[in-house]
This record gives sequence, structure tokens and C-alpha cells, in this order.
Amino acid sequence: MIVRIMGEGQVKLDDAHFTELNKLDDELLAEMESGDETGFRRTLGALLEAVRRMGTPLPDDALEPSELILPSPDATLGEVREMLGDDGLIPG
Amino acid sequence: MSDGVMKRMGMIFRAKANKALDRAEDPRETLDYSYQKQLELLQKVRRGVADVATSRKRLELQLNQLQGQSAKLEDQGRKALALGREDLAREALTRRSALQQQVTDLEAQHQTLQGEEEKLTLASQRLQAKVDAFRTKKETIKATYTAAQAQTRIGEAFSGISEEMGDVGMAIQRAEDKTAQLQARAGAIDELMASGALDDPSGMAKDDITAELDRLSGGSDVELELQRMKAELSGGSSDGQQAIESGQNGAAQSSPQQDRPRFDKQ
Repeated sequence: MIVRIMGEGQVKLDDAHFTELNKLDDELLAEMESGDETGFRRTLGALLEAVRRMGTPLPDDALEPSELILPSPDATLGEVREMLGDDGLIPG
Repeated sequence: MSDGVMKRMGMIFRAKANKALDRAEDPRETLDYSYQKQLELLQKVRRGVADVATSRKRLELQLNQLQGQSAKLEDQGRKALALGREDLAREALTRRSALQQQVTDLEAQHQTLQGEEEKLTLASQRLQAKVDAFRTKKETIKATYTAAQAQTRIGEAFSGISEEMGDVGMAIQRAEDKTAQLQARAGAIDELMASGALDDPSGMAKDDITAELDRLSGGSDVELELQRMKAELSGGSSDGQQAIESGQNGAAQSSPQQDRPRFDKQ
């Protein structure tokens, strides 16, 4: 599966790694919903680090759409919450 | 997989990617450029049609000229024979035979050129239809794109996000445009190849043996022609006989310079 880290690029990940990544992803969602900024930043860092470690980077000119997308390392809880708001990324 | 941050963001991005919008590159420009290239190709084909038509007309003029000369030589041969100058008649008919060969060659070339012209004209018409269809499609796509762009510009506040999906959307758009452009160009060239318009219409050169055979057959044609004319004069009408007699008399009475038929130099 292809995952994009916003601002960094794409990596190709073996499906076997998703159990581990899903745990971090669920944690991240819970921290975002509870408003735990510190926890959110820590978990996001761990998630991104895991993706970079387990994945193979795709060349910049690759034409592969990403199936999963992760916020950039410096994204704040507020920004991500806004992205995932009721309107999604495209209002209206 | 759970409905976590990764999945939700992915879903939202896919929805945006479907709109195929990007800010860095305008697909309308690519479409216009592609159309411009097609027009240039069409122009080239039209120029080709005009060139072939010009060559064909030039050949027609040459043919008319040669046929005129040929008729004149035949007439001179006839007169020479009537005057009892078989040597001159033979010379005239030999020259005429050479001219006739040129006429035959030119007629073959003319036919080839006419065929080429017809094929090119057809190819040009087909290409024109394709370019027209592309223009209509291009304008539709441009109008749709402009409307979609105006609609989504409202959401441009999410600048960081549009940038993220921009590189994917842009690359796909570029690839699609490029493909369409290449297909259009390949289609036009296929069209020309299929019609045979790009084939070389030459092949008129002769080898030594063919030239020698032509010369020999040309010679025998002259003999046959002479025989025919002789038969025409002797066994034919009394006018012919009288012409020979009066010619002989005339030759005896007047100076040879006055009565000898004059031949145009080739």
C-alpha cells in the first residue's frame, strides 16, 4: 500500500505492517478527539517514524495515488482537526 | 482497518483528486498547445497537396508540348516521304519515336501523381475532421475546467492541502494530456500511411538493358511506320501518288534548298 506523508513524499508499505501502524493511528485519533496536544504530537512522531522505517520511498516522478495520507510532522492538533472537519478538505 | 486519521485523510484526498485540479499547471494551455500542433500538421498536409497538384500541372504542360512536337514530326516525315526523301522521313520518325517514349513515361508519372493527389486530399479531409472534433472537445473540457476551478477556488484557504495533492493531480493531468496529444499525432500519421500518401512515387529510372531494348524497339517502330506510310502512298489514294510525282518534279526543277523540308532542332 502507498502512504503519503504530507510535505515529505510517498512510501510503499507492506500490508503486514498495518497492524502496528493501525494501533498508532487509533491512538492518534483518540488523542485528537480528547484534545491531548502533547500525546498527539508524540504519537504522530512515532507513526511517521514507523512509516519511514518500514516503507520504501517512491521516486518523486512516480504516478501512484496514495491510499493513505498522514499529516506533516509539524502539523498541530488544531490543523488536523480542521482538515478532518465535517466539510472535509473540500468545503461544500 | 479502523477509520483512523490515515484512512479518513486518504478518503478526503481521493475525493479531491477526482476533481483533477491543480494550481501550478493549467490544462487549458496544454489543450490549446495540442490543438496548435494539430493545426500545424494539417497545414503541412495541405501544403503537400498543393505541391503535388503543381507538379501534376507542370507535367500536363510538358505532355502537351511533347505531343505537339510529335505531331509536327509525323507531318514532316509524311512530307519528306512524299518528296521522295526517305532518309529525312526516317530521321523525323526516329525523333518522333524518341518523343513518344518520353510521352509514355510522362503519362505514367502523371497517373502516379494524380493518384497521390487524390490520396493526400482524402487524408487532408479526414485530418481536418479530426482536428475539428478535437477543437469542440477541447472547448468543452476548458469550459468544464473553468467552472470547476471557480467552484473550488472558494476552498483555496486550505493551501497546504491543495499543495499536497497537487503533485499527484498535476502529474496525472499532465500524463493524460500528453497521451491525448500523442494519440492525435499518431492518428494523423497513421492516416497518411494508410492512404499511401507518404510512399515514394518515384521509380522512373531505367537500366542500360531497358534503354537498349527501347532503342531497338524504337528503331523497329520507325521501320513499321515507314512501311505503313509507303503502303499509304503507293497503294492508297491517287492524291498520294500525285504528290510524290509532283514532289519529284519539283525537286528536279527547283533548287533543293527551297523544297527540302526543314526540321526543327531538338
